Amino acid sequence: MSFELETALSPEKLRRVAIDPVSRVEGHGKVTILLDDDNKVHQVRLHIVEFRGFEKFIQGRPYWEVPVMVQRLCGICPVSHHLAASKALDMILGVKQLTPTAEKIRRLMHFGQILQSHALHFFHLSSPDLLFGFGSDVAARNIVGVIAAHPEIAKKGVLLRKYGQEVIRMTAGKRVHGTGSVPGGVNKSLTPEERAELLKDAYQMVAWSRDAVGLIRQLFEQNLAEYNAFGRFRSAGMCLVRADGAMDLYHGGLRARDIEGKPLFDHFNYGRYWDVIAEDVKPWSYMKFPFFKSLGPDEGSYRVGPLTRVTQCDHIPTPLADREREDFVGFDGGSAAGATLGYHWARMIEMLHAAEGIKDLLHDDDIVGSDLMATGQRQERGVGVIEAPRGTLIHHYRVDENDLVIRANLIVSTTHNNQAMNTAVREVAKKYLNGREITEGLLNHIEIAIRAFDPCLSCATHALGQMPLEVALVGADGTLIDDVTRDQRGLTRAP
Amino acid sequence: MNAPMNAAPAAARKLRVATTSLAGCFGCHMSFLDIDERIIKLLDLIEFDRSPLTDIKHCGPCDLGLIEGGLCNAENVHVLREFRKNCKILVAVGACAINGGLPAQRNHLDLRDILEEVYQTEYLLGRGGIPNDPELPLPLNKVHPIHEVVKVDYFLPGCPPPADAFWKLLTDLLAGRTPSLGHGLLHYD
Ligand code: SF4
Repeated sequence: MSFELETALSPEKLRRVAIDPVSRVEGHGKVTILLDDDNKVHQVRLHIVEFRGFEKFIQGRPYWEVPVMVQRLCGICPVSHHLAASKALDMILGVKQLTPTAEKIRRLMHFGQILQSHALHFFHLSSPDLLFGFGSDVAARNIVGVIAAHPEIAKKGVLLRKYGQEVIRMTAGKRVHGTGSVPGGVNKSLTPEERAELLKDAYQMVAWSRDAVGLIRQLFEQNLAEYNAFGRFRSAGMCLVRADGAMDLYHGGLRARDIEGKPLFDHFNYGRYWDVIAEDVKPWSYMKFPFFKSLGPDEGSYRVGPLTRVTQCDHIPTPLADREREDFVGFDGGSAAGATLGYHWARMIEMLHAAEGIKDLLHDDDIVGSDLMATGQRQERGVGVIEAPRGTLIHHYRVDENDLVIRANLIVSTTHNNQAMNTAVREVAKKYLNGREITEGLLNHIEIAIRAFDPCLSCATHALGQMPLEVALVGADGTLIDDVTRDQRGLTRAP
Repeated sequence: MNAPMNAAPAAARKLRVATTSLAGCFGCHMSFLDIDERIIKLLDLIEFDRSPLTDIKHCGPCDLGLIEGGLCNAENVHVLREFRKNCKILVAVGACAINGGLPAQRNHLDLRDILEEVYQTEYLLGRGGIPNDPELPLPLNKVHPIHEVVKVDYFLPGCPPPADAFWKLLTDLLAGRTPSLGHGLLHYD
């Protein structure tokens, strides 16, 4: 991927336009665009301002708190963090194999998560752009507008999400921030009543997920040239795959391909992820820039998530989703499978896979079993990797002999896509913004490119250029609560 | 619980609602959406101003503002003040807005130490360095609950508050009642 448009040569001479905050995404980010007098674009950056420091403050906590704590990173996909942390801590406990009940309950929880997160992203956040058009009326370009114009589509979206949330509630105890998965296993299985309750609607969810795949396919057919070209660029990719090369969102080895589609590594043991990926830091984003070590920071960026998973796996182990996968990768000579908007199509195929997976697991008697926990030989270091809705999620901990966490490293899914999202918005800026009068509708094109990745950004931001460099936080009663200043290196506390 | 909503006159002006997440995880917003299909009925009675669901970037005059998350950077403070200025009723939603929540666990640590830990880790040294571009909002030394900075009218506890708590808050307000959460809706986990 190129770094064209990343840094303007003389930024001080340029006009700044900001999209702040980027809306209809989970979390907050902002885009800044620098233009000259002729509206030629010189710089485009997606800034992520999330900074919370989980890696630090988790240190000193007992390890069993971790799966419950870390999911507070993200309320959209808390299950992913809950499970990735649990997997890392399974390793710390030396548990190599979960009980069948524990593994299947965790997989069920994860499918619930994929279903609800993908439904939320497609129907509640992205569908307004696709159904109404990229530059359509800003007042109606939201889920409220979809409910008014396409009530049947909106209702299915709301109910698909609800079903996924119910699967999570019954496996994890709560819809958001549950406690079901624990190091070494799970603390509950399904009751026969819960199983029956979920089975009632399972087939309906499969059918509606198929409809959703049909809808995005139809949108592609209707707008083929625009969708294929929109924010398009070639990219390397990474995802987990099962031992036989099938899609597996819960467990597997790492598979990576370069921008030509040639294998870089395959079935790589994620317990040593640091041998193949490293992270770069850029001064203008709190989000790091991961890259494949073998290619280096300039050439080694890659993307993760539905598009990579659906195109890099050998097959999907549920029949309806696999047929849709074949259709997708063959569609229009494979062009949609390389398009940035192809993410939406791939995401709906995964939603169908999740619906089928839930239905299959509900027919498996292990999910009502009572053998929940496994044990093993205690280790110091554990790595847990899972395919979260947005892509590969890495949790890595070291725990001392007092059971306290001493180191933690997290690489969240959206971070892997940092460079890819920046490249996509630059492509869109070049094509749609260059030399034109900037309008709200044109700026929405930039956000559509970001939304395709379904990023989870978190924490708001605003132009600091308009604020004093010294910030004092004064309470409602006029007392000084907190203040900070910025120095050359980063930050210092005000004297 | 549905009665007051059905009873609202159809022609009545809609309640204008703005929502935002400051230093939150969006879990509170998710729990709001967990009212599920009731959202369709609710949209006859309320309309959204700035919210993660719309493309309105700044909060305008509103009846109700829902704030998720505490204050971890200068930008959060700015957004919070904009909400307070524009919203007749402001609600602190969830543990983070009410007392800082999990992100406030960094409060006993030095901010520079945290930044160094995260950006100069032992495993993953890229080209390193701590981000410091003027486009990035300044982190505050500590994470603060929102009531320390603005007046808050109501507090909705929980991490996140249950969907029915959001429903009760909105239906009470729509019916012109003082919102109150009964037993079963006050959660602290
Ligand atoms: S209160 Fe809980 S659910 Fe709400 S933002 Fe904070 S961590 Fe997330």
